[in-house]
Amino acid sequence: MITPELIAKHGITPEEYEMIRGILGRDPNITELGIFSVMWSEHCSYKNSRPELKKFPTTGEGILVKAGEENAGVIDIGDGYAVAFKIESHNHPSAVEPFQGAATGVGGIIRDIFTMGARPIFLLNSLRFGDIRGDSVQARTNRRLFEGVVSGIAHYGNCIGIPTVGGEVYFDNSYNGNPLVNALCLGVLRHDQIRRGHATGAGNPVFYVGAKTGRDGLAGAAFASRDLTEESKNDRPAVQVGDPFMEKILIEACLELFAHPDAVVGVQDMGAAGLTCSTCETASRADMGIEIDLAKVPQREKGMTPYETMLSESQERMLIIVRKGREQVVRDIFAKWDLDAAEIGMVTEDGIMRVRDHGEIVAEIPAKRLADEAPIYFREASEPTPAPNFVLPQVPPVLASEALLRLLAAPSIASKRWVYEQYDHMVRVGTVVVPGSDAAVTRIPIETPEGLKYKHLASSVDCNGHYCALDPYVGGKIAVAEAARNLACSGARPLGTTDNLNFGNPHKPENFWQLRRAVEGVAEACRHFNAPVTGGNVSLYNQSPAGAIDPTPTVAMVGIIDDPAHITTQYFKGAGDEIWLVGALGEGLGGSHYAAEICGRKEGPCPVIDLAAESAVHAVVLEAIRQGLVKSAHDCSEGGLAVALAECCISGPSATVGATVELPAPSASLEELLYNESQSRIVLSVPATAATALQEMAHRHAVPVRKLGMTGGDALEITAGTHKVQGNCAEMQDRWAWSIGRIMGSHT
Amino acid sequence: MKVGILQFPGSNCDQDMFHVCSQVMGLQTTYLWHKNTSLESADLIILPGGFSYGDYLRCGAIARFSPIMRSVIDHAKDGGLVLGVCNGFQILCESGLLPGALVRNQNLKFICKPISVKVCNTNSPATLLAKTDSVLTIPIAHGEGNYQADDSTLADLETGGQVVLRYCDASGTTSSISNPNGSRNNIAGICSAMGNVVGMMPHPERCSESALGCSDGLVVFESYLECFSKSAALA
Repeated sequence: MITPELIAKHGITPEEYEMIRGILGRDPNITELGIFSVMWSEHCSYKNSRPELKKFPTTGEGILVKAGEENAGVIDIGDGYAVAFKIESHNHPSAVEPFQGAATGVGGIIRDIFTMGARPIFLLNSLRFGDIRGDSVQARTNRRLFEGVVSGIAHYGNCIGIPTVGGEVYFDNSYNGNPLVNALCLGVLRHDQIRRGHATGAGNPVFYVGAKTGRDGLAGAAFASRDLTEESKNDRPAVQVGDPFMEKILIEACLELFAHPDAVVGVQDMGAAGLTCSTCETASRADMGIEIDLAKVPQREKGMTPYETMLSESQERMLIIVRKGREQVVRDIFAKWDLDAAEIGMVTEDGIMRVRDHGEIVAEIPAKRLADEAPIYFREASEPTPAPNFVLPQVPPVLASEALLRLLAAPSIASKRWVYEQYDHMVRVGTVVVPGSDAAVTRIPIETPEGLKYKHLASSVDCNGHYCALDPYVGGKIAVAEAARNLACSGARPLGTTDNLNFGNPHKPENFWQLRRAVEGVAEACRHFNAPVTGGNVSLYNQSPAGAIDPTPTVAMVGIIDDPAHITTQYFKGAGDEIWLVGALGEGLGGSHYAAEICGRKEGPCPVIDLAAESAVHAVVLEAIRQGLVKSAHDCSEGGLAVALAECCISGPSATVGATVELPAPSASLEELLYNESQSRIVLSVPATAATALQEMAHRHAVPVRKLGMTGGDALEITAGTHKVQGNCAEMQDRWAWSIGRIMGSHT
Repeated sequence: MKVGILQFPGSNCDQDMFHVCSQVMGLQTTYLWHKNTSLESADLIILPGGFSYGDYLRCGAIARFSPIMRSVIDHAKDGGLVLGVCNGFQILCESGLLPGALVRNQNLKFICKPISVKVCNTNSPATLLAKTDSVLTIPIAHGEGNYQADDSTLADLETGGQVVLRYCDASGTTSSISNPNGSRNNIAGICSAMGNVVGMMPHPERCSESALGCSDGLVVFESYLECFSKSAALA
């Protein structure tokens, strides 16, 4: 009996229920109601964000599969090869159960990539937690979440044998109780290997492969089903349980099967909304129908109802549409890998998604209307009250040199080695630049008629949520600009972008305004850098009782390095090189880490960004790199110029390299000169012989450029007029390298 | 020299090993599937890293029962060359081809980083061309690489010169500070009494090309080639 309470419990509004009745021409049964509720959830339908997402640029040279067409976008990288990549969130599961939540987040995004026919090559992640310092209950909770998420990512990625080559972690109390876990996977494939999620050809059999279906993850996309079945286990967690070993052999078996293109018609992974989403989407894309019998679905538990089977989010499962007559190929390959491969139904002509249970029809819904006719909401947006502007106290709280040490030890700035040393970041022998530089660089083997060749990809994931809280439009632009800047520092030009929009409840007009403005900023900057959005993910309702998170439109950009000789890292390479700043000295401490960390003020204004000036800086740096002039390149981001210089001194794999730097007398304060977070700035080290050429390039691109000093010695010594700031390299490195390890209790 | 690389479900360094043996070393290389029993006349059998059978139950505990392992054990008993890296080392210990066991790292965390190891034995086929007491930088990547053995086994390993690699600092000093995982006597790699079976936790295949920033691991593969050429010359 479908009661108003039951409808409400499924998150379906009375208006939506009427739409469902209109589509079916009758009342839905409970299974159908469940199916609609998951397909029309924000997670699957983007019903709140879709009008905004249309603002992203999604076309461009080299785009082979556009955003939204399939599980992930695909971009050409030349020589007949392409990459598929996408970022996806698993925020809510990670808040409830950090280890499994993060692990299954990684598993889910990997499935999206190999579903496209691509061999997964690397992973990145972007994480947010509340402050992990101190003895408060909140800090202890944040440490537990941080520890659990990192080990969950490590557990899944390490076992499956895909390196986690980079990422970012920020700590801010707006993420208390609501951590963010965004994971990216990139895979490589030949153009002719692209697989589609289309159920074409009436009569073609539908195969279910991989893990068996259980009741885990039932609440994933809709709500807990505990009052729907007598056998429901009240304490069953809403979070799915991941099995990376299962997924590893599933990848190998699927890629082996895809090598028989004549046998495979379509492929779709079972992620959110599991069997429901995969069946109706494959049918809808092909304008066909699909019919399955749940009795044939491999099940882990006895007595599952059709409702439970259709809504289960058990992991490591795939749906494969096979060409009739070629079933044995599928059976043989999956038998070799000891995996289930069950024929559960077939493609039909009538456009209906028909679900049977032992022959009896339990759901019958027009597939296209279910997949494509989710309601779209145009939410109200209103600008929140802006944060006050930061004013530096007459007497700063600490000396500028002490501030430098404190900033280097601040968890958001400090080395993330405690994190990435738990991730296998080297498996697949492709990691050319390991975590800890501005961008990760991975080589991709390519088979050519002349033999084995390599393509070199750089990737970076960025977002400063604090900037976005101050001004989501500018913050969104900065997230893209910083990603592009990191690529430029590593010697790469952008190929494309994937984004993960993490925001609060969209029913609150302030939150929706932030979403809209951030999307507009990200979209404009992606267009500017010629880095179209190839796909991504939206995570709304990131809210704890204390309020919404800082708006966090995480941006991941992938670029290509045309010649491996151009690969550049951020740290100084030795004594005797000149240090140059490409870009201006900057001004203002609004939104800075200095204001937040040293003065305890999360205040504005947000740093400004001029996209034309930004790309001119990239052009200078890339030209200098391509001419072989650059020893190191590092962008100025959190902590400003002084922190960037310190990182150049101390972040190398071997001995530290000091520097002597001379700045003009500060026009406002020493703190502002050292720690402002003005954008569009890159610190280079170059041999002395390169200076003239570098100045000429900067002049030609109308970019300010300034010699800062020389590398050498065992300290960073900065002079600014009559001010002197000094940091001993050993001490700075000790504070920076081990800060997080000390907080987490693994380093003394 | 023909190389056979074992593939268990969950192996994940098999392709890396194949790449180094075939592309970098130019050796004839083949995969050996766990369900088969033929070693396809390979001279050197490599058990690569990974998580065979998900490392469920205990690392390497299930893989040792694979059909292919019976042939590997016969090959080893006949004096044939066997190298196990990381999970491969764990499988060799589980199958009794090497003494001791690899347990959870002391800090209970997975550790992935380049590390210094000292070559303690240059008679093993994996280190024939390395210099005694030289220090190599080779990455480790494991959660269970803490080598444990009872006192008498350990004494036998030491007196028999079966310790091949030890964790050390950049200057070659071995101490608890340079021990990443709690292994007894800083052991990173050992060989069998006959010397033909070698197991090591560090991954030489990850540092055998200058493009990856370090090629210290190459000496392991070159040593095997040297060892094989010498024994072929004798035969």
